[in-house]
Amino acid sequence: MTGLVAVFRKEMAGYFTSPVAYWVIACFLVICGFFFWANISFMSLVSLQAMNNPMIAERINLTDVVVRPLLQNMGIVLLFVIPLLTMRVFSEEKKSGSIELLLTYPISDPAVVLGKYFASTLLLLIMLAATFPSMLLLFGIGEPDPGSMFAGYLGLFFMGAAFIALGIFVSSLTENQIISASLTFGSALLFWILSWTSTILGEPWGALTKQLSILEHLDSFYKGLISLQDVTFFALFTAFFLFLTLRSLETHRWRG
Amino acid sequence: MIEVEGLTKYYGRLAAIRDVNFRVESGEIVGFLGPNGAGKTTTMRILTCFSPASGGVARILGMDTRDESLKIREKIGYLPENVPLYEWMRVKNYLRFVAQAKHVPSGERSKEISRVAESVGLEQVMGKLIRSLSKGYKQRVGLAQALMGNPPILILDEPTIGLDPKQIREIRHLIKSFSHNRTVILSTHILPEVSQVCDRVVIINKGSIVAEDTPANLMRTHGKYSRAQVIVRAGESEAISLLSQVPGVRSVSASASLNGESSLLIEAAPEMDVRPDLARAVFESGWDLLELKSLQVSLEDVFIDLITEEAEDQESSDDGDRKEAAV
Repeated sequence: MTGLVAVFRKEMAGYFTSPVAYWVIACFLVICGFFFWANISFMSLVSLQAMNNPMIAERINLTDVVVRPLLQNMGIVLLFVIPLLTMRVFSEEKKSGSIELLLTYPISDPAVVLGKYFASTLLLLIMLAATFPSMLLLFGIGEPDPGSMFAGYLGLFFMGAAFIALGIFVSSLTENQIISASLTFGSALLFWILSWTSTILGEPWGALTKQLSILEHLDSFYKGLISLQDVTFFALFTAFFLFLTLRSLETHRWRG
Repeated sequence: MIEVEGLTKYYGRLAAIRDVNFRVESGEIVGFLGPNGAGKTTTMRILTCFSPASGGVARILGMDTRDESLKIREKIGYLPENVPLYEWMRVKNYLRFVAQAKHVPSGERSKEISRVAESVGLEQVMGKLIRSLSKGYKQRVGLAQALMGNPPILILDEPTIGLDPKQIREIRHLIKSFSHNRTVILSTHILPEVSQVCDRVVIINKGSIVAEDTPANLMRTHGKYSRAQVIVRAGESEAISLLSQVPGVRSVSASASLNGESSLLIEAAPEMDVRPDLARAVFESGWDLLELKSLQVSLEDVFIDLITEEAEDQESSDDGDRKEAAV
């Protein structure tokens, strides 16, 4: 446990001593802020038009017009941002050779991987938490559904945590950070859009690609539903790529 | 104590080390020598549990590197070649990380960091970023992390490479001070360093151990010839042709000639002292003998001889194989 904490603290220090984390968080917040402003503007425009039509006015609510689209956009922004957070995790250690020292300290390989994973996940949590005050503002102008909001954030967190595991695995394969980031983005995008192939492929492969698609499982969270099946999917996705990272480290050891 | 038996490591089909056997007793400082690509780093990586062996056994303090890797890693301080550090960290924060990684109890960390920093002379740079340090200080930070937690076994790969003469002397002193309370394996290309610091030497070439003894014994038993230097007042070519005829002399070469004085390097069979015959030959020819001294065979000579012998043996066995195949 001490080893895990040591790796976790070193990784957090690594994020905040380089400008990368600050820039990534700043870009994420600026883009999310832009979407928030655009959605609010759209809401006020639609509300003005609805003043002449009470039937439409009844159907307009903050959750459907602002919260849900904002969370969906945040998911897409995370797809771009997470590879930038994970690209250095193992690639930098491999390039500098510091992985040789790290793997000769009395820290088990799972503790090394988890220490790094938890640090990246905490950064994701910080990014998501930083968008939360703008959501709280909505309670001042209307009545958004807090349950939907919570479920949406939970979905984004699970998705982000799963992509971090994928990104850490990819970074353990290469010492080039650019390759690491682009390969993580490509793989994450593939998992994102996998369900699009379901109609083309037909049964049974179509059902399989649908089940493996991130978007398919994230959609329930956006709708305010937290199902055990979706939570299990993200947990297994994360565990699978962390396991592959461990195998990758073992291969690295064998190659000496 | 370190025991290595039949250690073998393959990278694909290539054997980096093959059937390596040696033993290092507690409190010993052993020099691990070999040309580049001989298998030194591979052996060290197996001993530090970074990389598993393909065959054979390596035991540290009686524990097998394969079965008790984590326990062994607690007992080892390792300084890899090129000292890979987290350059974006400050020295103090880096040592704090290492202390935590090596399970130094939280209450003792500050004391341990101060102790280690003092032992390698890092007190002045504790607040500096590692990337801003000179090569010598980076090397010291590398040594400091190896010493953290007071491990009983130290494995140091080229600890003095890139240091200035003063720093080299300080680091050598430090390593020498470890004798009797720590077991040290020291890999280096600087052979005088081995003679000064190490109790014993293990020479590895092409993945196999070719010699293992104290530096003094190696120099005594593996010297292929005895050497002497002669300075005479005579022409260089005449002196060479005369001294080449002295019984036991294998070769004579000129090392310098100035103002009619010739300095010659004589190589003779190892068991023969040719100095009286050399002196007699010079006197009988009527030249002035200005200097005659015997030169000691250095560890460098032994090292070069051993790895060249290996290469020659290999070549002759390859030739034999080729001839057999042709027949």
